[in-house]
Amino acid sequence: MKVESKTKFFIITLVSGWLVLLGVVPLLLLIGASFLAHDPMQLVRFEFSTDAYVQLADPVYIKVIWRSLQLALITTFLCLIIGYPFAWYTARLSPGWRTAALVLLMIPFWTNSLVRTYAIRMVLGTQGILNKVLLSLGIIDAPIRFMYTDFAVVTGLFYLMLPFMILPLYASAEKLNFQLVEAARDLGAGALQTLRKVILPLTLPGIVAGCVMVFVPTMGLFYVASLLGGARQLLIGNLIQQQFLNARNWPLGSATSVLLIFVMAVMLGGYGLLVRRMSQRERRK
Amino acid sequence: MADSVLSIHGLCKSFSNQQILSDFHLEVRNGEFITLLGPSGCGKTTLLRIVAGFEEPDSGTILLDGKNLLSLPAEKRKVNTVFQSYALFPHLSVFENVAFGLRLQKVKGEELENRVNQALTQVQMANYAERFPHQLSGGQQQRVAMARATVNKPRILLLDEPLSALDARLRREMQVELKRLQRELGISFIFVTHDQDEALSMSDRVVVIQEGRIAQLGTPRQVYEEPENLYVAKFIGEINTFPGVVQEELDNGQVKIQIGDQIVETRSKKNLSPGQNVVLLLRPEDLRLYQQPQRDIPVFAGSIAERGYRGSTLDTWIHLDNGLKIKACEFFDEDDPDFDYRVGERVMVAWVKGWEVVLPDEG
Repeated sequence: MKVESKTKFFIITLVSGWLVLLGVVPLLLLIGASFLAHDPMQLVRFEFSTDAYVQLADPVYIKVIWRSLQLALITTFLCLIIGYPFAWYTARLSPGWRTAALVLLMIPFWTNSLVRTYAIRMVLGTQGILNKVLLSLGIIDAPIRFMYTDFAVVTGLFYLMLPFMILPLYASAEKLNFQLVEAARDLGAGALQTLRKVILPLTLPGIVAGCVMVFVPTMGLFYVASLLGGARQLLIGNLIQQQFLNARNWPLGSATSVLLIFVMAVMLGGYGLLVRRMSQRERRK
Repeated sequence: MADSVLSIHGLCKSFSNQQILSDFHLEVRNGEFITLLGPSGCGKTTLLRIVAGFEEPDSGTILLDGKNLLSLPAEKRKVNTVFQSYALFPHLSVFENVAFGLRLQKVKGEELENRVNQALTQVQMANYAERFPHQLSGGQQQRVAMARATVNKPRILLLDEPLSALDARLRREMQVELKRLQRELGISFIFVTHDQDEALSMSDRVVVIQEGRIAQLGTPRQVYEEPENLYVAKFIGEINTFPGVVQEELDNGQVKIQIGDQIVETRSKKNLSPGQNVVLLLRPEDLRLYQQPQRDIPVFAGSIAERGYRGSTLDTWIHLDNGLKIKACEFFDEDDPDFDYRVGERVMVAWVKGWEVVLPDEG
């Protein structure tokens, strides 16, 4: 009894100590730094200032933030509509093929994502595979410039994030009792009605989880934007990286990070509310 | 057949080279309770799934009210299914589960409410309309599944072992309810089960299926009392088998059969010829045990191997002197409410004349 409670105390202390040290303290440091004044020589000057936030309101930064949100939304949407059928059919495969499909999905993870982003440059470049294929098929006469466009950035983000969408979708699709689909058909629902009234509501947890897992990291994947989008395709992550490493403006970098965290928190909260509202609405009917 | 709702002709289905249904024929009459009975894997569930539209047959036709059913997708068939696992939609309330089919038919407002409530009342679930499936017991989920299927007024209701997940007491209650519901609704029920008690107690007709073919089709009484082959005899109820040989055919349509050292005079619906191997079949409840040899009726001597008290009956397992092991089942009656046997006690086994069935020995 006593030993057990000691063990419990030890584990709880360890876990909460870990959380405080690696989660709460850095977050507080970040928030603190965002309210300090900028000093090019010493990184920060220890006096209270809201300059960083005032700077953020600059239309240049607002534009970057807005673009980041747009690209993240487009990426999430693409991952969802392409990942959903994949997850659904994978979950319906026989166990052997299912494992094979999941392994194929996981294999790219063994290569660092930075390396894979460079690989996409090889594919999309003017001398790249895609252009060569299109040229040899006679679809185009001159190489198309894919690199350093929104198309390249979204392609890269989509490629890197797709598995994060598929895995939660697969998990909820696999849990779905297929007899419910048969029951819906039996009661007169066509394919689309079955999708809308049974399959989508029952896989909603997977959809929400997948969207969050794609949307949130996408906003911060600065190297994809740098490597594929070039200097003009800044994401919020690039902004933070530049402030810390190039401009050495820690208060602005911190303020941007705080803003990013705030936006994500609002979105997560929104998702939570939506899910709760939906389940309540079903209950009221 | 004039009052046939569903006619199945020459239906064949195989999965990965295994024949599940072979040349299957069946007419389902309007308003009848018909049961497909057979062990698991005999093809009864596949047949149901083909009628529902979840599987396609390799060949054959199915007509519903004279119209081709196979050309319609599942959602267009006026057939509804009660699934073995109920398959209630977990994200919808009881009301919405039952309303699912009606909403798809664009039934709205008061009519929707009335029909759903009527269906729920019919299965005594009207007070649970606001609940969710996970808040219901197995029996309640079963009732909701019934209401959800019947509210659409299908021509035929398909039931795939709907009671198999319930405990024995609830199962008996639901048997009675299902039967009542079927009478009230007047819909044809096709009920699939591997439980012969269920089949006998609920059905108007029973289809005994053996490896994708009909082994016998008849009323519960026919399949129990006059099995057409050994498979049916052994599958339905308990039965004692006495192997024998036909001795001669008598002028009055009867045959003499030698069983062990006994000569039995009996009738058979089958054409038997002298020398043929046959089996004489007797249900445990057809047997009578006596202390002394009986005059005029054939008896087999043996000793009690085991006895079991069943409340209303006394079951005995008897080791006959000719080597056979048989089971008898006797009711307690008012003359001798305390009758019992000792293990090892000598008895004479006879039966009620005319209750025996003689079939050619297929094995």
